[in-house]
Amino acid sequence: MEETKKHVLIVGAGIAGLEAATHLEELGYKVSIIEKQQVTGGHVKNWFKTFPYFDASEAIINFAERSLSKFDVYNETQLTYAERNDNGFKVNTDKNKQFQADAILLTPGFKVFDAHKKEEYGYGIFQHVITNADLEKYFRNGWPERDNKNLRFGFIHCVGSRDAKSGNLYCSKVCCATAVKQAIEVRQHFPDSEVYCFYMDLRMFGKNYEEMFQAAQEKHGINFVRARLSEVNQNFDNTLLIKVEDTLTSRPMKLTLDYIVLMSGMEPAENAAQLSQIFGVPTDESGFFAPEKYLVSENNTVSEGVFVAGTATGPKTITETINDARSAALAIHHYLSHSRIPTEHGKE
Amino acid sequence: MAKNKFGFSIHHDRQHNLDTADRNLYNRIALVEPSIQRCIFCGGCASTCTASKFTDLSFRLVSLNLRRGYIDEVKEMVARCMLCGKCTMVCPRDVNIRHLMVLLKKEFSENEF
Repeated sequence: MEETKKHVLIVGAGIAGLEAATHLEELGYKVSIIEKQQVTGGHVKNWFKTFPYFDASEAIINFAERSLSKFDVYNETQLTYAERNDNGFKVNTDKNKQFQADAILLTPGFKVFDAHKKEEYGYGIFQHVITNADLEKYFRNGWPERDNKNLRFGFIHCVGSRDAKSGNLYCSKVCCATAVKQAIEVRQHFPDSEVYCFYMDLRMFGKNYEEMFQAAQEKHGINFVRARLSEVNQNFDNTLLIKVEDTLTSRPMKLTLDYIVLMSGMEPAENAAQLSQIFGVPTDESGFFAPEKYLVSENNTVSEGVFVAGTATGPKTITETINDARSAALAIHHYLSHSRIPTEHGKE
Repeated sequence: MAKNKFGFSIHHDRQHNLDTADRNLYNRIALVEPSIQRCIFCGGCASTCTASKFTDLSFRLVSLNLRRGYIDEVKEMVARCMLCGKCTMVCPRDVNIRHLMVLLKKEFSENEF
């Protein structure tokens, strides 16, 4: 029986890869996922809670991994080589595991912008300048020991996004809602704290995001200041001094903070360029995979039999990623069920 | 210009310092009328304001200056308000601006209301 199933190879076992695998398996395909990390689940596994409903990331992971036992996952494996043959694709990995696949789904995801690159914000230089990803680790694993009274936090939006100096002109989309979510979590964790968000625009585009923002203002007393931070300085007592322009009053402004949280954006995964080259999938100028046709066919690519999903095609929320993965599974199903190419399966 | 000034003069510090800003009035007002916390500084209030055409009244700036502790500026602007309430009607965040203006007028009034 197994021999007659068509085989889909998925690259990347984040929530996009897992969700697509779940549906493809359900549709009767043999599914294999190769994943460069030790574990499945991607970035969501590093997060504590999700916006805008404050659901635990673990609940998302449990959902995404609900069919994990039904397909093969090859952890700590990277794709090194692929070629087309009469039966689809012959793929090799760094572990010398070979695959023969009828279709390929690329879900390499994203990488968090490396905040060291914005040197003027002092990440890696000043101890209490952290990133959104670090903050999630603190929430998961506990705070480093310190006097936690009356802490002042500043969230800096658009770090590595909408910034020509970072080389990223695009909006990473999820950081605004993440900042508001994290600001609320900080206020809940440290009830005596004071929290400021410094934004260029607040992009509360999703259902219930605006409501979350309003609750942040009204219920949690979070202060929103329209300003773009230029640089961070450290005082002798390790507190941080920031200077911004309060653009709504047209005056310069300064304040002292105990923690600065940089809202690092999304960049294409490190292996996206390599996968693009191997499979002949073009990328846009930011390095995200370009679909066959924008707006209407975003899971297909110009490379026949190669599909893309998730944040590899651009920043996405969890919900969008899951829906995109399902959409890709359907696109692959259409491709394979109409495909006349005879296939050989189960042979690796 | 007198030659002994060499063209230089002392300017006042324009910088907001949030470390020393007096937020007491803002906090007190927000306790009585919490809707001020919802303000997103869109300026809808100021654009419809009857008084803003002839004076520098802007509730958007009142809202900001309260948060920054610029009480003198707030006091000056609040005096211009005629309590017509148009601002309250246009506010997208449903801030009860008219009530805030009444509270502020009371705050600055030397007479008991």
